[in-house]
Amino acid sequence: MTGQSIVLAAEVPFPPSVEDFYLPSIVPWGGHESYWFTKITLLLWLSVAILIIFFLVASRKPQLVPTKKQWIAESLYGFVRNNISIDMIGKEGVRFAPYLATLFSFIFIMNIWAIVPGAQISPNSHIAFPAILAVISWVMFIYLGFRKHGAGYIKHALVPPAPWFILPILVPIEFFSNFIVRPFSLAVRLFANMFAGHMLLLVFTLGGFAMINANLWLAPVSVLSWVMAIALTFLDFAICALQAYVFTVLTASYIQGSLAEEH
Amino acid sequence: MLNILAAEGGTEHNPIIPLWQELVLGTIAFAILCFVLMKFVFPRMEQTFRARVDAIEGGLKRAEAAQAEANELLEQYRVQLSEARTEAARIRDEARADAEEIRADVLAKAREESDRIISSGRDALAAQRESIVRDLRAEVGTLAVDLAGRIVGESLADEARNRGTVERFLDSLDTTAGGRR
Repeated sequence: MTGQSIVLAAEVPFPPSVEDFYLPSIVPWGGHESYWFTKITLLLWLSVAILIIFFLVASRKPQLVPTKKQWIAESLYGFVRNNISIDMIGKEGVRFAPYLATLFSFIFIMNIWAIVPGAQISPNSHIAFPAILAVISWVMFIYLGFRKHGAGYIKHALVPPAPWFILPILVPIEFFSNFIVRPFSLAVRLFANMFAGHMLLLVFTLGGFAMINANLWLAPVSVLSWVMAIALTFLDFAICALQAYVFTVLTASYIQGSLAEEH
Repeated sequence: MLNILAAEGGTEHNPIIPLWQELVLGTIAFAILCFVLMKFVFPRMEQTFRARVDAIEGGLKRAEAAQAEANELLEQYRVQLSEARTEAARIRDEARADAEEIRADVLAKAREESDRIISSGRDALAAQRESIVRDLRAEVGTLAVDLAGRIVGESLADEARNRGTVERFLDSLDTTAGGRR
């Protein structure tokens, strides 16, 4: 009995650390130096492959009365198109619907890996991927702003309609919030949610093992801990969907801000 | 918290610093995804949406057109019906008027005919009376003169004829008779 506990304890490190997010690479097997082919990048490619295959198959022969698969794909696109693009940006939001839908489905499936058994970690818990997406959104809304307003975009973005004597304070704040905080907050919000979600699951799952190993009398608490882990998995699902939605909505909102005529 | 974790784990990774390999791979992967979805999938869905909207709106429009046509036909039939009714009423009125006219015509003709028959009868009677009176007058004159000659014993005929006595007498009779009548 004690021997088994010791073995289990040796197998389950507790508490979980940041290193748990940096798994050994797959090719070359077990290395910690190469990051080209790890579980994370494998999941990344899987996400892209699944999305491409699903959408291509679903929209291969579009019909007026959709098949089930076509209906699912179209609902997803229609949701982003109508409830995000058009609601946030307006009529011309349809132009951005394809990108926003791609963004939404990509983030969503990347997040969902966090609760897929066997994967159990989202690539988005590595800040690289949220950072890429945030930088794209950032470049996009700035580019659109300059294209729409020309050099006047600087004034459009930085000078709110306020009395002149407040402007010395407002302009730096606007600059800071619009051009520095926005991409950073976009990336960190998504990354931190996925990171924390995985961390919570680790804490409750490994914590269960840690307790049962420390003292058999704690077994009921361990079970409670695992039940919590399952409950948190459901919560994580909601967070995955919500964060994908939030990222997309915020991007749409930034685009809308750049295209707006007035403040 | 990150610091604590880092300290405890003795980590070499900082989760807030992206791995450049992942940046590269993520960019490539997302670019591929964007290219495929934005070029081949979503535009086609947009087309499908448009086609669907067209189909639905077309259906609605067709239904509306059919409805309008039906209404138009109904209106047309109503107008025709009322026209037919008016026509029928007109024809009936005309027939009635014609019948009335014909009746009046026939009546007038009958009356005319009867008047004509009556008047011709009256004329014939008058003519007969006239001729009878003329005959009687001559007869009566001759008889009276003959009778008077016999009584007196000599012929008075030539004298009476010469003097027109009988005629005058009869005329005076006539006038007294006419005045009484």
